[in-house]
Amino acid sequence: MRRPLGADKANNSKFRIRVLVAGLFVMICFSIIVARLWVLQVDRHDGLVQRADSNRTAFVPIPPRRGDIVDRHGEVLARNQLNYTLEIMPAQVKSIDQMLTDLSEVVNLSEYELRRFKRKLQESSRYAHVVLRNNLNDIEAAWFASQAFRFPGVNLRGRWVRDYPQGQSAAHIVGYIGRISENDLVKLESMGQTGNYRGTDVLGKKGVEKTYEQTLHGLTGSESIEVTAKGRVVRTLERDDPSAGKDLVLTIDMRLQRIAEEAFEGQRGALVAIDPSNGEILASVSRPAFDPNLFVDGIDVESWRELNESKDFPLINRPLYGTYPIGSTYKPFVALAALELKKRGAKEIVYDPGYFELGPQRYRNSGSTAYGAVNMHRALVVSSDTYFYSLAPLIPIDTLHDFMAQFGFGQLTDIDLDGEKSGVLPSTEWKRKSFRKREDQSWYQGETVSTLVGQGYNSFTLLQLAQATSVLANLGVLRQPHIVRAIKNTRTGEAIPVNVKPPNMLPLKPENIKVVRDAMIDVTKIGTARRAFEGVTYDVAGKTGTAQLFSLKGSKYNADQVDERLRDHSLFMGYAPAQTPKIALAVLVENAGWGGAVAAPIARKVFDAWLLPSKPTQAVEIEPVVQKKQ
Amino acid sequence: MNNLIQLIKYAFKSIDWQLMVLLVALSVMGLVVMHSAVGSTSWRYADQEKHFLLALVVMTLVAMMPPHIIAKCALPFYLIVLVLLLGVEFFGETSKGATRWLQLGFIRIQPSEMMKIGVPMMLAWYFQFRDRQIFFIDYVVATIVLLVPFALIVKQPDLGTALLVMASGLFVMFFVGLSFKLIVPVVAVVVVGLLSILYFEDILCLPETDWVVLQDYQKGRICTLLDPSKDPLGKGFHIIQSMIAVGAGGFSGRGYMSGTQAQLDFIPERTTDFIFAVFAEEFGLFGAVTLLILYTAVIWRGLVIALRADSLFGRLLVGALTMEVFVYVFVNMGMVLGLLPVVGVPLPFFSYGGTALITMSVSFGMLMSISKHRKAEHPYLSTRT
Repeated sequence: MRRPLGADKANNSKFRIRVLVAGLFVMICFSIIVARLWVLQVDRHDGLVQRADSNRTAFVPIPPRRGDIVDRHGEVLARNQLNYTLEIMPAQVKSIDQMLTDLSEVVNLSEYELRRFKRKLQESSRYAHVVLRNNLNDIEAAWFASQAFRFPGVNLRGRWVRDYPQGQSAAHIVGYIGRISENDLVKLESMGQTGNYRGTDVLGKKGVEKTYEQTLHGLTGSESIEVTAKGRVVRTLERDDPSAGKDLVLTIDMRLQRIAEEAFEGQRGALVAIDPSNGEILASVSRPAFDPNLFVDGIDVESWRELNESKDFPLINRPLYGTYPIGSTYKPFVALAALELKKRGAKEIVYDPGYFELGPQRYRNSGSTAYGAVNMHRALVVSSDTYFYSLAPLIPIDTLHDFMAQFGFGQLTDIDLDGEKSGVLPSTEWKRKSFRKREDQSWYQGETVSTLVGQGYNSFTLLQLAQATSVLANLGVLRQPHIVRAIKNTRTGEAIPVNVKPPNMLPLKPENIKVVRDAMIDVTKIGTARRAFEGVTYDVAGKTGTAQLFSLKGSKYNADQVDERLRDHSLFMGYAPAQTPKIALAVLVENAGWGGAVAAPIARKVFDAWLLPSKPTQAVEIEPVVQKKQ
Repeated sequence: MNNLIQLIKYAFKSIDWQLMVLLVALSVMGLVVMHSAVGSTSWRYADQEKHFLLALVVMTLVAMMPPHIIAKCALPFYLIVLVLLLGVEFFGETSKGATRWLQLGFIRIQPSEMMKIGVPMMLAWYFQFRDRQIFFIDYVVATIVLLVPFALIVKQPDLGTALLVMASGLFVMFFVGLSFKLIVPVVAVVVVGLLSILYFEDILCLPETDWVVLQDYQKGRICTLLDPSKDPLGKGFHIIQSMIAVGAGGFSGRGYMSGTQAQLDFIPERTTDFIFAVFAEEFGLFGAVTLLILYTAVIWRGLVIALRADSLFGRLLVGALTMEVFVYVFVNMGMVLGLLPVVGVPLPFFSYGGTALITMSVSFGMLMSISKHRKAEHPYLSTRT
């Protein structure tokens, strides 16, 4: 039990002083407020009243028209379509609630639209045009127009709405726009773009819509209007026209893109086709896909759930975001490494009994076939694993890493698309950093064995593989892959090519590349891909691959018994024509099994489409592409 | 049935009616102004009405709790809120660049707001716990208790709330008898600091000057205050427009619902932080001084309750909470009138917003509890104090 505190007289009087001081402090501070009020409201009253009265102009933003996105021949991938919208200028409406009641007799207003409208109203200035309803059809628009006199402050406006006429085709490249979120707002603010986005409620969320957002968006204009003291609009004082966003001309050829997409026949996978002479992406397929039109006015919950929770991940842009072991398609690069690093000559014979032994461990060829005596050419043509396994004691992993890094494996390509992953090009340093346990941090030679056949820790994007293939096609020149060809001014029609990094000449000997190339040509003539390329009229240099996801503990791989999603990936990489390459590509079909059977036929179709006569093979020069559109 | 009547009687007995009348008067004025300020966003008005009803219920419930129970809650409440604040630091929701909220299942809470009550409760309880054997070390402990939440809130960043938390804690220390020898120099330093900011304004606001302690946007606000005309369409806009509004109000105001600055949307944040500008424009100096008198009366009543409180905990808590109300009013009005930088401090019972109102009502509930549950009025409680 403590002493009752109130009883202490001395302490009480001390506390009384404290309270008195506090009260005094309050009085002093409030006196300052009163003094300030006096200054503003009495001394400076006349001047400030005048300023209040001249405060009769309001600024209204005029959003610019968003740029179109077209393929290399001008075929439209994204455009703006006129769409009727009901907009309200709150300042001109006497009673919002009454107006909404009356208006709902004329046009349908859903619960969602009303809620959205009220939310927007709260955030908007009273002179802004607040959207009440989108997508009025012609009949509704006409019906409202005839009644419009009853609704001052309600305007029927033609509004530009984003439209993706290709639907699912090339959806991952184009991406989509969506409502500006609070996070976007923060980002815009940090870029000093808040003002430019006043009056705009969407921005690019994915694909080139996102990476070229600033180019596509344009500059917002503004209108200053004079209003009466009661808030009625008198006239427009000044108008600063918006300047429209610029159009994007992609490197994609839509005809080729469609043929490539159809070649997948509903299977999951990815394909990247590059023009080796300039790094332009001719086609980039990611299957399954989605319809970007769903996102334009905010995607509904059900569609979103369906897309987002699907085991097939339709929203992911596989060529950039999917990282895979690339299996035997890695072998041409490994062979080149052996030549360049002088670890093994092209003519050197290795005996392949069907397996390679390193210490007690035995590494088998896939399919356990024994190829006997093989040189480099034959090893590539029949895809002998043992030949490459046996390089493990000769090439240290870090040397391999440094060689492969030149081709861009395991690194961002810096393509002008969002969401690129770098994947993994293993090295001792990588392993030290990636594993927490001490015993996991050191590199074992056995791990080099699987690395040499594109398995193990290797994990690359298809874009990286296509880029590396294009380096082979170019006899060693690395060009930065890119997806936008030119930026076009809508009004003047002037097109400016985009800047890409200057080409990088890798220090490779042409004769070494030719050894590999000749082997790759035989792959498609007499090797693992011969079926797919039966009767081609041009030379193809290529390599099949089958990437294992399921490790076989001694038992024989039986596709029927393995879970579908753990089955091997089917791969093909190559370029054509072999002597004067016009197209280089990489294909992967997920869980589809042997590379020669599934991926190579897809590549064949794409090569045919691009190279065979009677079809336009070469893109029109940039200037003619530019057609003036309304 | 009888129990219910007993309960209602008890509730009525727990309410400090002098304070209640003042608060209701303030609330009614607040709603009247809100009606004018909302303009087209009329549901904000309805929302605010609901907030007031909820606040009334909360206040009564808190008022019914005897002070010794409140004192018992102090430590656990402080610790819980501190944990929540740490939670905000790590799992908080970020909106408009500030991380202030915490999603707890179905509700979203703002722990920094709770700290406005948590800190004075905790400190008042601590000093009572030390039973007036207060040494220098106690002030050190109190400073730590105060600075930890302060730092966490500054980091969010939410300078307005952090300042209020700081003020509430400092006032507890002031009332418990922190030596004037310590107070006077600190106040002097602050005053000198402010004066030097005014004096060296030209150098301070150059873009290359780094202010170390304050973030860029806070520097911007202070610089804007020093010379709003430098940035009339950007940061200075708020202050210029609210000063024009207040000035245009003149002696008797421009009339209810007729302030052009308010009605034509020139006052920024006119339903929240700048609602006093709407009020001063439409009701003039006359209205503004009346409002100040009401707030003064509330503070007066609070200080009287503090004087009469029969426990150290009660005195310190009531004193600090009352002075916190003063800080709210002074900082908000100072900001609207261009005397203080723009920090997000609402005007009690005027600004739109449920959270701040509930915090206020809990504060006033405690004031009432301490006012009414004294030995003189509830003799049976005396054995427990």
